[in-house]
Amino acid sequence: MTSVSPHVRSPKECALAAARAHDGERGALLPILHDIQAELGYVDPEVVPVLADALNLSIAEVHGVVTFYRDFRSTPPGRTTVRICRAEACQSVGAEALVEHAKAALGVGFGETTADGAVTLDEVFCLGNCALGPAVQVGDRLHGRVAPARFDALLGDAR
Amino acid sequence: MKVYVPRDSAARSVGADEVAERIAAIAGPGVEIVRTGSRGMLWLEPLVEVETAAGRVGYGPVAPEEVDGLLAAGLLDGTAAGLGLVEELPWMRRQQRLTFERVGIIDPLSVDDYELHGGMAGLRAALTRTPAEVVEEVTASGLRGRGGAGFPTGIKWKTVLGAVADEKFICCNADEGDSGTFADRMLMEGDPFTLIEGMVIAGYAVGATEGYIYVRSEYPDAVATLEAALELAWGNAWLGENILGSGYSFDITVRVGAGAYICGEETSMLESLEGKRGTVRAKPPIPAFEGLFGKPTVVNNVLSLGSVPWIMARGAAEYAALGVGRSRGTSVFQLGGNIARGGILETAFGITLGELVDDFGGGAASGRPVRAVQVGGPLGAYLPASQFELPMDYEAFAAAGAMLGHGGIVVFDDTVDMSAMARFAMEFCAEESCGKCTPCRVGAVRGVETIDRIRAGQDRKLNLVLLDDLCDLMTDGSLCAMGGLTPMPVRSAVKHFGEDFGE
Ligand SMILES: Cc1cc2nc3c(=O)[nH]c(=O)nc-3n(C[C@H](O)[C@H](O)[C@H](O)COP(=O)(O)O)c2cc1C
Ligand code: SF4
Ligand code: FES
Repeated sequence: MTSVSPHVRSPKECALAAARAHDGERGALLPILHDIQAELGYVDPEVVPVLADALNLSIAEVHGVVTFYRDFRSTPPGRTTVRICRAEACQSVGAEALVEHAKAALGVGFGETTADGAVTLDEVFCLGNCALGPAVQVGDRLHGRVAPARFDALLGDAR
Repeated sequence: MKVYVPRDSAARSVGADEVAERIAAIAGPGVEIVRTGSRGMLWLEPLVEVETAAGRVGYGPVAPEEVDGLLAAGLLDGTAAGLGLVEELPWMRRQQRLTFERVGIIDPLSVDDYELHGGMAGLRAALTRTPAEVVEEVTASGLRGRGGAGFPTGIKWKTVLGAVADEKFICCNADEGDSGTFADRMLMEGDPFTLIEGMVIAGYAVGATEGYIYVRSEYPDAVATLEAALELAWGNAWLGENILGSGYSFDITVRVGAGAYICGEETSMLESLEGKRGTVRAKPPIPAFEGLFGKPTVVNNVLSLGSVPWIMARGAAEYAALGVGRSRGTSVFQLGGNIARGGILETAFGITLGELVDDFGGGAASGRPVRAVQVGGPLGAYLPASQFELPMDYEAFAAAGAMLGHGGIVVFDDTVDMSAMARFAMEFCAEESCGKCTPCRVGAVRGVETIDRIRAGQDRKLNLVLLDDLCDLMTDGSLCAMGGLTPMPVRSAVKHFGEDFGE
């Protein structure tokens, strides 16, 4: 989500630390995965068996959870993740045109990262900013009324 | 001297932080900047308010670069030309704000502000009554679930109160995945203690000791505000051991979703809270008997729980006196999409769709005619302007083949292609299906293909019949309302806007 800083811990160490931090909490797999993704920027497939072991779950169960949720990615994202809302309210004020503009400007499709590693582009269905669309999220930060020109300015700041 | 600038993420999305910073930089030390929730007049954001002897005077929308000029013109003593008294604006005067009574007025993380503006009166009243009396009060208020299904809250609570178990849970559904809805977010960011208070009352009423708030990950500001509010609540004995000296103990944990719309469906949410894939559970058993970790569980929407403190403080009768038919009290409506004046407003049920879209909303932002509105999120019906006399009432909407859902209204002008919106409804269902049942998982993919053929002019008549059959199959054969209600936007689009399907 936010810009990712270089990490020092290995995925395995990170997973063990996250599991320890939530020790005793019931059903804590999602918060653990969020912690891992916050630190590494993604959920490295290496953590799956580590978590399965630490939480007494099967590898298939952990893998099933990681792949069910759109938020968890298996590869590192770009330095900034930009998500464009494609839901109905934003469509009514030009979200589809903004999506085309963004794809052309960045030269990538959804789920892809620019060649320089700066930006990962993605879609999202509603950011809760439906009266001020088109809405875009840059990292954790919400932006409203994002016309193509404003999108370019936001990207300029992000790069 | 106080200046109020919202910290609501919608206000921040159009520059509220920059405006607050600029005011702080040049106003001098005598000026205190209070960051509030948003009043809900989102087209006026960033909306700056200043305290005057007559009340709060508003300026908006204020761009960061306009701050210097406004200050020079007398913004700080309210003499610069602006909107006048905020409470007197037509948008504010026409509302009945109960659940949202403090939103936009107080600092959301000030315990003093909260109590000064009536906070904790509901919990204090509840703790003087027996749990069964609290459940009775909520039942008598007529409050129905605001998450979409409209199930009577008191009856749900009564079931959980009556269930015998070593532990019970309160799960607040803050997944708010419906596009066009943002009231949950605005309450969590603008007055989080109200939700916390409502959950404690619910816990006391049914005999629960633990609660969870399941918030979607798309709402990082709401998560941060809730976390901070929980800390403060613990520090004040509003939460934790021996709440307000009553002997009752209750804890709340915030859990963050991970980008799955289906996790707003209550049983999918429970699976997710248990650390599993968010697949829907078959009912029965209902969560009230076997919910989180197999224990009796109340699942309620943010607005349902957030309405309870007012009901307990002021009494069920006063709440039930508002509304129409079996839709009692107030609802928080959200105006979004292509709308001149978008935002949230709270008013009694019974106001018409047209009053909301035209009188409050001012029609389409583009200045073109409004052609369609979608009410109740991505599973809700598309309605033409000819249905604007419909009252906002669960039963009236059901009779019209529509639903109120979470109260979101998304406006489209006459440039909309309704066959594209119908296609999107199917695409969304295909994307977000939990995959458990075939009518939904496969049906939605077939739906997209069929609508594509109709749009391409291929055997239109035949494919429209096929689409209708497919909708029947999804309605009748789906396990939950994801697959079961996706036909609603599709069919209403075909019915009311047949010309866009070559009819
Ligand atoms: C696909 C789907 C998505 C849902 N999303 C939400 C949601 O985001 N928030 C919500 O409160 N209820 C949602 N619901 C309704 C819940 O299943 C449930 O009825 C509600 O949380 C109960 O609380 P209430 O009685 O207070 O409304 C959804 C239902 C379905 C079928
Ligand atoms: S209708 Fe769709 S979302 Fe609901 S249980 Fe079936 S597959 Fe899952
Ligand atoms: S539909 Fe785009 S923010 Fe809600």
